[in-house]
Amino acid sequence: MSNVYAVSAAPHLKQKISVSSVMWQVVGAMVPALIAGIVFFGIQALLLTLYGVFAAVITEMLIQRWRGIPISVKDGSAVVTGILVSFNINSAAPWWIPVVGAVFAIAIGKQIFGGLGHNPFNPALLARAFLMASWPTLMTAGWLPTKFNSINGLANLPDNVPAIVTSATPLGVAKALRSATQIDPEMANVIMNKLANMDTILNLFWGNVGGVIGEVSAAALLIGAAYLAYKRIIEWRIPVSYIATVFILVFIFGGVNGLFSASLLLPIFHIFAGGLILGAFFMATDMVTSPVTKRGRIIFGIGCGVLTIVIRLVGGYPEGVSYSILLMNIAVPLIDRYTVPKPFGEVKK
Amino acid sequence: MGLKTFPGGVHPHDNKEFSKKSAIEKFPIPAKVVIPLSQHIGAPSKPIVKVGDIVKKGQKISEAGGFVSIPMHASISGKITKIAKFTHPTGTLQPAIEITGDGEDNSVDFTNDKNYMEISDDDMKKRISEAGVCGMGGAGFPTHVKLSPPKGKDIDTIILNGVECEPYLTADYRLMLEKAEDMIKGLKILMKIVNASKGIIGIEANKMDAIKSIKNLVKNETNISVTGLKLRYPQGAEKQLIFAATGRKVPNKGGLPMDVKVVVQNVGTAVAVYEAVHYQKPLIERIITITGKIVKKPKNLMAPIGTSYGELLEYCEGTSETIGKVISGGPMMGFAIPTLDTPMTKGSSGLVLFNKKEAKKMGEDTCLRCARCVDVCPMDLLPSLIAQSVRYDDYKFAEKYGVMDCIKCGSCAYVCPSNIKLIQWIDIGKLKVMEQRRAAK
Repeated sequence: MSNVYAVSAAPHLKQKISVSSVMWQVVGAMVPALIAGIVFFGIQALLLTLYGVFAAVITEMLIQRWRGIPISVKDGSAVVTGILVSFNINSAAPWWIPVVGAVFAIAIGKQIFGGLGHNPFNPALLARAFLMASWPTLMTAGWLPTKFNSINGLANLPDNVPAIVTSATPLGVAKALRSATQIDPEMANVIMNKLANMDTILNLFWGNVGGVIGEVSAAALLIGAAYLAYKRIIEWRIPVSYIATVFILVFIFGGVNGLFSASLLLPIFHIFAGGLILGAFFMATDMVTSPVTKRGRIIFGIGCGVLTIVIRLVGGYPEGVSYSILLMNIAVPLIDRYTVPKPFGEVKK
Repeated sequence: MGLKTFPGGVHPHDNKEFSKKSAIEKFPIPAKVVIPLSQHIGAPSKPIVKVGDIVKKGQKISEAGGFVSIPMHASISGKITKIAKFTHPTGTLQPAIEITGDGEDNSVDFTNDKNYMEISDDDMKKRISEAGVCGMGGAGFPTHVKLSPPKGKDIDTIILNGVECEPYLTADYRLMLEKAEDMIKGLKILMKIVNASKGIIGIEANKMDAIKSIKNLVKNETNISVTGLKLRYPQGAEKQLIFAATGRKVPNKGGLPMDVKVVVQNVGTAVAVYEAVHYQKPLIERIITITGKIVKKPKNLMAPIGTSYGELLEYCEGTSETIGKVISGGPMMGFAIPTLDTPMTKGSSGLVLFNKKEAKKMGEDTCLRCARCVDVCPMDLLPSLIAQSVRYDDYKFAEKYGVMDCIKCGSCAYVCPSNIKLIQWIDIGKLKVMEQRRAAK
């Protein structure tokens, strides 16, 4: 009898890709946004991010040890969660906010469901919701201006603008404009023109406005997103349908004077303001908590867009990205079940 | 030139450089051949010889076991020394006939029917089935069956599959360079039998020289054309090839190419058809690629059916490193076999050898739901969800997610970051669903 060789099922070739290579590439893709955060908010942004990452990694290690399963922090998934938790935090927050958030994200958001691959909600967003509910003032007030600009990024405002405008992020300003009790209609129009303005949009694009650490620079986020899309770690359907829905809904409903009253720049303002770019490319696309079917991803993106705009234009918060993604996360199993594709081929009669 | 393709698929490195420059070499008569009774899809053939019989090369040694079956022929002259179970290239033990050669190439006389194009379609089909011709691309469906569509199913197009999208393999490529004329004659026979008005030869873009030379050969033929195809795996899968070449989609849930008026045949099969009809020569030899990074002299060999893989490898001067895995067929869909003491069959397009590193086994990680498998699936299935359903014994959902439409191309498992053995799970799912369907009857 000649040599006996080990057998295994086909295919015998394998692309060079693994869970950890995927996760570390996501980490790498967030580095430009982190650098932008440091540039605009100072070293505090880096420190807060590191606190979040350390807390996430240590929590994951401890829980895995306690569960008696292999410790897998080297795969980078806890690092991704830690960074995303911190990215959702105001740079003026105390050190323990990202720590509490990251511990919650890993323990309650992820490990309690069985760990990587099993969590129904995006852990970082769940942590943000938890922090928002627990320390609302720390999370939604006390915004810091960037190193080079005011919080709202608006220049040459009339002298008599109310404080609610000067202390708010651009989306906070947009929200205030929709409430006639706070700002009179004439002033509202003046400010609206400043929001839906190329200068403001450029500030938002480069990151020169107040906000949470990770959302500040759309340009930096898009560099990372482009890399992930190129590596097919994120796919176009969710971000594109999400952003397109936001664009269309703001165009129709966004103006303060009724339907279709918004300038075409306002939808663009809404795309670059707040956390939409961060949410659409880095959080709605979280593979574990988004649909696997192609049609499902489009429905998911549209749902996120609708909810985001409902919250931004109608709801109580200025920003709705994180809640909209969380709400759509719940719907993922249902979406997957009802969007099973037909196998390739004509349908047999 | 506009290259055509299909949705989905992957792009592994084709690794064809090892053997693509080696012209087809005739393998010397082996001392012994083992001819499995089943080298095709359908009923196994039935032996008509007994141990001790003396046979000539080309003599029939087993009879077709039904309509969907083919006979086998002696591929060397010699004596029947055993009829027993031997390792089969699918990795299982299966009945086969062993012939110990006499070293004299003692052959039955093949005819030379110059008027072969004048004979009736039925006579042509008879010659093809008598010659034991089956699909030579791997699956091995009996060719005469594909050429006998039921009444009411007209065929208007024959597609010759010269895609050879499996990495490493170059047998079809060499055949298209060196035996293109016979292949085109075979195509004409196939077209005549089913009364097809069009013949298309589909070739992938990594074989530009073959595309060019065959285009040149058919430039005066009004009804035969060459379609260049994008380099994309599994371009050579039947349904994907039909779509790329004609824009037609074979019905899902068990549809066949004939439902869209098409019959697909491998380029090697076309040559076998030509030889069967013109010379009544049975299918007793084929081209096989012996290759891999560790093979000292990778070659494309014309070898008798039943020659052992070990002997073929020896002829290629063995390997430069310890063998880690032996693959019968291509690395995407081929079978890893436990021993080189395995005979090549009519469907053996290649023998690929991996070293220990290339054969390294990796454990499964949890599914990240990243859906890379969904995005590359050329059949639009949900591989990760099929695997999950099978894992939890939920075959109703496995069916819903498309387990029975899977063509097992392996693209999903190729791209899976968690290294989930998707094809293995799908295989189990297919078996269980069949079992349940049988039980329900």
